[in-house]
Amino acid sequence: MIARSGGSAAKLEIRGAAKTYEAKTGPVNALEDFSIDVQEGELVCILGPSGCGKTTLLWAMSGLHALTRGEIRLDGALITGPRPHELGMMFQDANLLPWRNLQKNIEFPFEIKKRPTDRPRIARLVDEVGLTGFETSFPRELSGGMQQRASIVRALAQDPSVLLMDEPFGALDAFTRDEMNLLLLRLWTETRKTIVFVTHNISEAIFLADRVVVMTPRPGRLAHVYDIELPRPRTIEMTFEPEFIELIQDIKRTVEIGGRHVVEVE
Amino acid sequence: MSEVPTELRDEIPSFDGSQANRDAGVLDWSGLTSIRTAKSALEIGTIVAVAVAVFFGAEGILRLTHTPEYVFPKPISVVRALGTDTWTLYGQHLWVTLQEFLIGLAIGSTIGLVLAALITQKPFVEKVVAPYIIMLVTTPMLALVPFLRLSIIKGFSIWPIVVAVALASGPMVLINASTGFRRTDLAKIALARSYGASTLQIFRKIRFPLALPMIIVGYMVGSIFGLLTAVGGEMVAASEQGGLGHELVFFSSTIRMANFGATLLVIAALGVSIYVVFYFIGKRWASWEA
Repeated sequence: MIARSGGSAAKLEIRGAAKTYEAKTGPVNALEDFSIDVQEGELVCILGPSGCGKTTLLWAMSGLHALTRGEIRLDGALITGPRPHELGMMFQDANLLPWRNLQKNIEFPFEIKKRPTDRPRIARLVDEVGLTGFETSFPRELSGGMQQRASIVRALAQDPSVLLMDEPFGALDAFTRDEMNLLLLRLWTETRKTIVFVTHNISEAIFLADRVVVMTPRPGRLAHVYDIELPRPRTIEMTFEPEFIELIQDIKRTVEIGGRHVVEVE
Repeated sequence: MSEVPTELRDEIPSFDGSQANRDAGVLDWSGLTSIRTAKSALEIGTIVAVAVAVFFGAEGILRLTHTPEYVFPKPISVVRALGTDTWTLYGQHLWVTLQEFLIGLAIGSTIGLVLAALITQKPFVEKVVAPYIIMLVTTPMLALVPFLRLSIIKGFSIWPIVVAVALASGPMVLINASTGFRRTDLAKIALARSYGASTLQIFRKIRFPLALPMIIVGYMVGSIFGLLTAVGGEMVAASEQGGLGHELVFFSSTIRMANFGATLLVIAALGVSIYVVFYFIGKRWASWEA
């Protein structure tokens, strides 16, 4: 099953992606025959229960590990390893290096790539996410939300064309999560990056996405793709509307029955 | 959501003085640094008063009990002994011991560190090396000094003791550093790799900093064992140059107990200095791990 949103050649093409791990108890199918296209400038959320292979898929997209079968293309070119100039990765929890202060954490990618640090861009992004004045603070001195903001700045400082986000706000409390989602949407509107956002939170997925790609429990397969037609800019108030809650219930049902049932949307 | 003020959500925890002390490093150094962290004049005054009371209390008890100088030297005569012929009796011997200690630690810890990095990457090497490491850790290395002096190095230079110090301190660095290098944080390695980091970069920028607190602990423990071995080695088989351990044997056999006490003070000062050096290294490089 291939889900396309139509139009010209996709930014990211995932074709028949499958991944099998060798565990002690035998091979584990984490991901099976998964195909989607992601268009340039699109914000796609990949949604599924824990252990459905979302992270496996995202890591394959970032070139951190190979697939057992299938292929992933970025701008038509096969992904065979990390693509640091085009792909920015955000991880579960902020994943800052605790022995570096905020500024040094944000400069870390420049150091690895041995490129001159783009200080003006970093300063502008730090200001944008409201971290000015905390550049010399260490991660443990900052709240989870502030750490995640620094992590966003680190990913964006390189100006990649695609952001891959692996449940970045999963560990945050509900208030901070809402705030981070609004911040992400604002940054996305300004920069028009292509974003693939993995989450297990249904309302977060609907709130952020142009399309929500629902996955089945293990082995992860594509269950259904929802086009989210909520107007933008989106507000937290929209999440209290009956249609929004109805959509949450629809998606929840799709996840539970493993996607074999065809769900009508709108 | 919108009614929760921003400043409440992203509150920075404020550390008061006592909190800052707990962030000192991987070891609890607070016992040593009581003076540095003392807050009021009253606290400092009490600390000084206790030190003075111990010094003159010992002096008073030894005078009242008419303890002879050859049984237990009085604190004042120890200080006086330290003040006369300071260089020839203690200074040059301190220099000898310090050389043995520093050269031995440098050699031992470098080998230990390299081996630790190697065995944590290659499990096969670990299987080969592990039995020898356990043997080195459990055998007191100062017992080797007479053997090294007579059989291997054949001479009265400082080198047999340097080798013993290296053998005593190296394995300690190795064991602790291996524990550090085994702390692999896959997410942090993945982060570096997503930016295209090479294996060497991952080692330098992720694995090594992650292991650094444990490496510092290794150096700390290794230097304690090293100093012990240096002084003990000099006691069992000193070099021509002497050394503080040699002086201990010399003064006790000639019943110059005030000089003996003064030598002990110099050794204690050396031990404390090493401790303080590692305290500051730990504070500077490992304080992130609260």
